[in-house]
Amino acid sequence: MKNVQAIVLRAAGVNCDMETKYALELAGARADRIHINRLIENPDLPDQYQILVFPGGFSYGDDVAAGKILANQVMHHLAESIRRFVNEGKLVLGICNGFQVLVKMGILPGCSGLEFSFENQPVSITDNDCGKFEDRWIYLQPGTDRCVFLDENRRIYLPIAHGEGKVVTRDRSILERLQAEGHVAFRYVDAQGNTGNFPINPNGSMDSIAGLTDTTGRVLGLMPHPERFVHPTQHPHWTRLEESRCDGMIIFDNAVRYVKENL
Amino acid sequence: MAQWRFEVSNRKGFVDARGQAVLEDIRELGISSVEGVYTARVYLIEAEFDRAFAERVACELLTDTVCQEYRIGRSDAPAGPMPATIVEVHLKSGVTDPVAESVVAALADMGMAGAYVRTARKYILLGHVSHEQTETIARRILANDCIEEVIAGADSEPPSPHTHPYQLSVVQVPIVGLNDDELMQVSKDRDLFLNLTEMQTIQRQYQSLGREPTDIELETLAQTWSEHCVHKTLKSSVDMDFDGNQVHFDNLLKETVFKATQDLDKDWCISVFSDNAGVVEFDEETAVCFKVETHNHPSALDPYGGAATGIGGVIRDPMGTGMGAKPIANTDIFCFAPPDIKLHDVPKGVLHPRRIMKGVVSGVRDYGNRMGIPTVNGAIYFDDRYMANPLVFCGNVGLIPREKCFKHPQSGNLILVIGGRTGRDGIHGATFSSGEMTHEHEDIFSHAVQIGNAITEKKMLDTLLVARDRGLYEAITDCGAGGLSSAVGEMGEKLGALVDLETVPLKYTGLNYTEIWISEAQERMVIAVKPENLDEISDLFAGEDVEATVIGRFTDDKKLTLRYQGVQVGQLDMQFLHEGLARYSRQAVWKSKSLGEPDLPVKDNYTEELLGILGSYNVASKEWVIRQYDHEVQGGSVIKPLTGANNDGPSDAAVVRPKLTSAKGIALSCGMNPMYGDIDPYWMAMAGIDEAIRNLICVGTRPDRIALLDNYCWGDCTRSETLGALVRASQACLDGAMGFEAPFISGKDSLNNEFVCEDGTRIAIPYTLLISGIGLLDDVNRCVSMDVKKPGNLLFVIGLTRNEMGGSHYYKLRGHLGANVPKVNLLVARETARRIHQAILKDLVAACHDCSEGGLAVALAEMAFAGEYGVEVDLRGLPTSDDCVRADMQLFSESNSRYIVEVSPSNYDAFARLMLNLPFGQIGEVVKEPRLTIRDRNQEIVVDAELQQLKTVWQEPLWLG
Repeated sequence: MKNVQAIVLRAAGVNCDMETKYALELAGARADRIHINRLIENPDLPDQYQILVFPGGFSYGDDVAAGKILANQVMHHLAESIRRFVNEGKLVLGICNGFQVLVKMGILPGCSGLEFSFENQPVSITDNDCGKFEDRWIYLQPGTDRCVFLDENRRIYLPIAHGEGKVVTRDRSILERLQAEGHVAFRYVDAQGNTGNFPINPNGSMDSIAGLTDTTGRVLGLMPHPERFVHPTQHPHWTRLEESRCDGMIIFDNAVRYVKENL
Repeated sequence: MAQWRFEVSNRKGFVDARGQAVLEDIRELGISSVEGVYTARVYLIEAEFDRAFAERVACELLTDTVCQEYRIGRSDAPAGPMPATIVEVHLKSGVTDPVAESVVAALADMGMAGAYVRTARKYILLGHVSHEQTETIARRILANDCIEEVIAGADSEPPSPHTHPYQLSVVQVPIVGLNDDELMQVSKDRDLFLNLTEMQTIQRQYQSLGREPTDIELETLAQTWSEHCVHKTLKSSVDMDFDGNQVHFDNLLKETVFKATQDLDKDWCISVFSDNAGVVEFDEETAVCFKVETHNHPSALDPYGGAATGIGGVIRDPMGTGMGAKPIANTDIFCFAPPDIKLHDVPKGVLHPRRIMKGVVSGVRDYGNRMGIPTVNGAIYFDDRYMANPLVFCGNVGLIPREKCFKHPQSGNLILVIGGRTGRDGIHGATFSSGEMTHEHEDIFSHAVQIGNAITEKKMLDTLLVARDRGLYEAITDCGAGGLSSAVGEMGEKLGALVDLETVPLKYTGLNYTEIWISEAQERMVIAVKPENLDEISDLFAGEDVEATVIGRFTDDKKLTLRYQGVQVGQLDMQFLHEGLARYSRQAVWKSKSLGEPDLPVKDNYTEELLGILGSYNVASKEWVIRQYDHEVQGGSVIKPLTGANNDGPSDAAVVRPKLTSAKGIALSCGMNPMYGDIDPYWMAMAGIDEAIRNLICVGTRPDRIALLDNYCWGDCTRSETLGALVRASQACLDGAMGFEAPFISGKDSLNNEFVCEDGTRIAIPYTLLISGIGLLDDVNRCVSMDVKKPGNLLFVIGLTRNEMGGSHYYKLRGHLGANVPKVNLLVARETARRIHQAILKDLVAACHDCSEGGLAVALAEMAFAGEYGVEVDLRGLPTSDDCVRADMQLFSESNSRYIVEVSPSNYDAFARLMLNLPFGQIGEVVKEPRLTIRDRNQEIVVDAELQQLKTVWQEPLWLG
């Protein structure tokens, strides 16, 4: 049995690192919480790991824009290291603030042939339409068959907790590419699987996009928090349920299984 | 150095949420001529770079090019037919600017170290606005005078923030030869808030020393002796006249609240009333600590900053308890005036309650969420009398290893200040919060308002916990009220301390030694470190960009010695500092009020009244607030603040599972009802205790492991009636804690919550005692929520409904107070709690909810619409006292110690057997049809409504956009 090792990347203001580590461990990985300064000191550190997670939080206070300062720091110090990580077939997961970081440094959506530049940044994540932070549970419908983290046919229930979660594209053509090329990992839907307005789509994301994957399907970013539903009593009305499936574990179980089978 | 100006605004097609919010607020002010508001973020960057690099900064760092656009330099007013007024809001010099700090770091990542950055907001108001209107908009909506500067028009640049370096000049304050009037003048001129007795005590001390005090010595004494820091009122000796009977207390606190703790002497209480938070046992390895603080005065002046630093400050209490706890949950309780009060009814110098509420909520939200601590419990209470003195209670729970519950500073330890830098913010916060407010406070005490940066605190927390576990320091405390003066003064009380004030890292130059010493700049803690551990702990902090600086050492001379650049600027005897304060004796009086019950007509149907109460601000859903708080971060939430089929019913208490690998849980609750205090503060306090405990019991908390916190917010206690009310409440704390065997473990008081209007009228807050409860659960998988679960299940009421409508919402709706305030039979209350708990342990309970504001009818409605099943009730089954016959009384009486329990028919026998000898009765059942129907004793329908209607009136009032 292969030893699966994950980095949960810490930085000032990251605050979901503990429970993300716990979820990875429940899935059978060994996870280390590592501060970004240690990676900057030693850019080869990720070589011994197969999963890199950018967890949720408010990196650098979300000053300027959510995830922006951390994205800037990673780009200027760790771009090469992360590119190598992905090219080696390894997995990258960005949750909430981590998703914002991946988008703002151009790793997502990672459309093929589209070189990232700030002038023509294809996708961004911005202020919720409701204008404020929201913590609520939502349903997610997978939108692609080639992301290793998700089960294509399984609708899942997870919490969101963010003020800047609205996914927007630079123009219509980018949105069409995301749809056509299978970059839409998750959409916000209702319990029956239908898209809709607030609160079904809690932030006003274009095409109800809740998560994106890159061309390889090995990089996933999503606004909802899978690490917050790995135990039955985390469900918001578990006291009404006979039994509860912990939907968040799917993401972590799939990641660990993929590493075991492929790396 | 060149200054570059960048303006960043949203592209067309992307909503300018801030602009829209401002526009709404302008309309609320009654100004209708503004037709649009656009905003831009302004960055002023001083650094040596060229235009090409400036373009990179704008494009790569400051602008999200998908939804925003930038301009380097100053943009013109938008072209078009409509006149545009430009207003820029800059932070006053020295106010913390977290965004600027982050941009500095990001520029360094881009290869441009050492930049100087400021940020501002630019507002463009489209439409005709007069000069006065612009001023009103700026003052009321856009800026807060305390911390911000408004620059109107398009050409003027903000003033240069650079301050002059400070030149040492030791200031002596002659007091030795002064008469009483002159002494008081010194106290007043220097904002010391020391009274004559205290000034005389200090004068005598310096007469015997044969010298005059320096300014820093006087300030240290004023901080240490402030009401905020030592609670001189609660610790004073009190002679109480209670309806003509004399009662004497040598020390009010020790003989009431604290006495219960001592007499109960629970072995699971680890540290009570001695550290920054109370500490109780959690499991074999771990303890849990809890503290609730108020931040009222700053929140009145700057709701956003005041509330943010309130939560930031209380988080540092568990962090500074023992050797430092890990914060795991926040609670927030607010008291405001109703948000729909008319603008012209708001006195001068007071912010509109709606603005206060929005500011407070967003302040707590932004700080708490950034800290990654779930805000799991809270309450909001509305009363006109909170208009000028809103109350902001912030609480924090922390987890700490059992062997780290005590600190041991030693002589020779180095004193380190860690975290944020020191600035002029918050100076005189401790003394300011100990006095009453006036309409002029906005101007005079603006420097007492503090600005926080949660990320600085979060970084500090992350590293401190590692340092704690590696055993790298000997003691820790937070810099709260009084700043370094209190932190170092307290930690070195038994030792002595020597501090070199010029070594304290500053945000900017120009602070004199006294300002450094008493600044209440946020996000700072003080630790005591053995010299041999200095290198390791310094590396640890530096490794995560946390500033840590040696500022002195603990000595063994029992003196507090303060130096600046080698020159002694002050020296105080630790004993005089901590024990020199004269003990007070005070007079208190309480006369039982002669109040009457109103004579209300009997009606056939009370649906309308139920809807009215459900829609009243105190009862209405707080979902708009709750959803803005992250209540799930850290992954431990078990009973969330909102629950039920649609995740929108009101939970009784919050439950968290702080260790992800353990099933043990912690429940948090609160109880408060100032309206009862208008009748009798004794029963108000008792009702608060009963409510806090009921809420805990409802979710499954162990009744034998409940601890309480008290937070008094009172008016001016030099008035004997006001103090008499406080004594009454304290007596109830003693009786209630003893009766429930639930000790108080920590507390705090905030007195002088009064406001003097321009015309001299006083507004005093109602007597407000917040009781917070914390309890243990052995297995969170057995938790119970309040929503009805299944049609066919039976509903029981446990506890007697009495003729106790005094202070009820039913009366309030009709403008009455009444006389019969709800009381508590402690023997029955405690036994009821115990039996409910047994029923929960035996899995007999499907849902449990307590009756509080609005009584039985409100509780039933909440259970029904949360569970999305109807409820049919027959009041013949309701256990009542003999004088509780009328249907409205049975529906709306707010008698304490009552629970509504849902039980499946198969558990009927077991449940009934368990409740034997308690007042209980079956009152109805859960049905499929989504209606609440209540029949009175004559089988007449007295309440009948669709659940959707009940829920809608309950959800709508507090949706503030």
